[in-house]
Amino acid sequence: MLRFLTTRAGDGILTLAALVTLTFFVMRLAPGGPFSSNRKISPDILANIEATYHLDEPLLQQFLRYVWGVVRFDFGPSIRFRDYSVADILISGLPYSLTIGLWAVLVATVTGVTLGILGALKRNSIIDYSAGVIAVIGIAVPIFVLAPLMQVYFALTLRWLPVGGWGDSWRNLVLPIVALSLPNIAYISRLTRAAMIETLRENYIRTAMAKGIGGRRVVWNHALTGAVLPVVAYLGPATAAIITGSIVIETIFALPGIGRHFVDAALNRDYPLVMGITILYGGFLIVFNTLADILRGWLDPRVRNE
Amino acid sequence: MSDTSLAPIPQSTLSLQMGRFRQNRLAMASIVVLTAIILACFIGPFFFPFTGEDADFDAINLGVDFTSIHLFGTDNFGRDLLVRTLEGGRVSLTIGFLGAVVAAIIGVLYGAISGFIGGRIDRIMMRLVEVLYGFPYVILVILLSLLFGGGNLALFAAIVFTLWLTPAVIVRGQAQSLARREFVEAARAGGMTDGQIIVTHIVPNTLSTVIVYSSLLVPEVILSESFLSFLGIGIKEPQASWGNLIQSGTAAMSTDIRLLLLPAGMLATVLFCLNFIADGLRDAFDPNDR
Repeated sequence: MLRFLTTRAGDGILTLAALVTLTFFVMRLAPGGPFSSNRKISPDILANIEATYHLDEPLLQQFLRYVWGVVRFDFGPSIRFRDYSVADILISGLPYSLTIGLWAVLVATVTGVTLGILGALKRNSIIDYSAGVIAVIGIAVPIFVLAPLMQVYFALTLRWLPVGGWGDSWRNLVLPIVALSLPNIAYISRLTRAAMIETLRENYIRTAMAKGIGGRRVVWNHALTGAVLPVVAYLGPATAAIITGSIVIETIFALPGIGRHFVDAALNRDYPLVMGITILYGGFLIVFNTLADILRGWLDPRVRNE
Repeated sequence: MSDTSLAPIPQSTLSLQMGRFRQNRLAMASIVVLTAIILACFIGPFFFPFTGEDADFDAINLGVDFTSIHLFGTDNFGRDLLVRTLEGGRVSLTIGFLGAVVAAIIGVLYGAISGFIGGRIDRIMMRLVEVLYGFPYVILVILLSLLFGGGNLALFAAIVFTLWLTPAVIVRGQAQSLARREFVEAARAGGMTDGQIIVTHIVPNTLSTVIVYSSLLVPEVILSESFLSFLGIGIKEPQASWGNLIQSGTAAMSTDIRLLLLPAGMLATVLFCLNFIADGLRDAFDPNDR
């Protein structure tokens, strides 16, 4: 276990280092700069501003300076939001993004697994078909179509829920969480259904049934583990999907999270902010991938002994 | 003595699989719908006396009217919504199919080389794939499309760059087991080089899996393209794409939902069809998987 964790930590740091290097140089080599779209600034002033942000140094020196900063958890100042450091922006946005993201993971897993199991146990029933319909919608209708339609219907027509924003009430969270979790509900329910059907055909399930253990206990104690394994393996990609989704969802619902900063920061060439968000997201992805692997090893001895 | 039992007519695996595929009604219906949409997108705009970028300021924000020339009305610049949607479809579909093909080719070659050669080179090549898998994919796409300076080609390159990983991993696994088979040994004994073996023996044998996975790549590429255009990074106005049409549709949705529904409906229909076709292919090529 310890050896596994150290290799994974090593892998994670390697991935993160590659990510930081690639992002840094791709960002810098892209045409344009943080001040290029501004109204005309006199060259002297521009030189002064660039010197403040060390943008006048050779690229390699800037890179080393940045890496040295990151090692000490100093992510530098944001160029666009004056007087704010990247860390300030990330810390202020993180609670909102985390709330939405974690709820979406939870809702997607619970709903997806439930639908998948019910569908597999009662094949070709109404539940099975409606789960199939949800799955098809979730996979084929992108969330940037779904979210505006939900806004029109539930917020503007029915007036049940607010259109967007972050109030004190849970009502603000419903639409973003549903929109963010729907594609994952779709994938997870399909994965669970297929895995459950396959597991129920296994010999050990037949043995358990032959021993006279009731159907419900067989499903709960024996088949469920086999059925959720692919779901656990999907946890990493699901996190990536939620990160992707949160970028649009936070824009559409005007939520003060981190995701909606990313596109702006990239378009405005706010180098330190782009780097900070990239490192944060990369870190999340690595942590969730590792968690998924640990969980899989714990549930499945075949994985553990590999 | 006459032999009454006839030998079964020999049939290739591929024709068996295509036969199974043709029995899947949903998938066949999807092919019909998809073909209709593709034809409409590529031929339809020629039947109108204007293009999607022609603004007609005498006909701003017209509603749906099937008796007029503007079937689904116009946007706030007086540009015809239907023609814009069809022209956007051209871009999305072209990027989708070309992107999937290019990503699949890169992935297949990479995976075949890695799996066939094996050993140290395999470890290094797969390590690179693992590192790239750990990247938040959307961030990479956004940054790459900035690096290539925006525009259709940049978008295309950025999407392909991030989507070849899954085919590479799948093909690598297959190439590994193929590399140990006797016919590969025979080919090597016959004096073929590694490169020749990969091209003539490894790649063709992975093809059925590749077809299934590339069919899943097409909707993924189309989705990425429209996602980026929605965010304003991909295809930019005045050129139409489903992503940026949906974006301007959402901006006006509280007063006029028509602008959102036509491009969104078209995109969703195409994604539905592509997913059903991919499912059908998977069921036909791998009956054990159901």
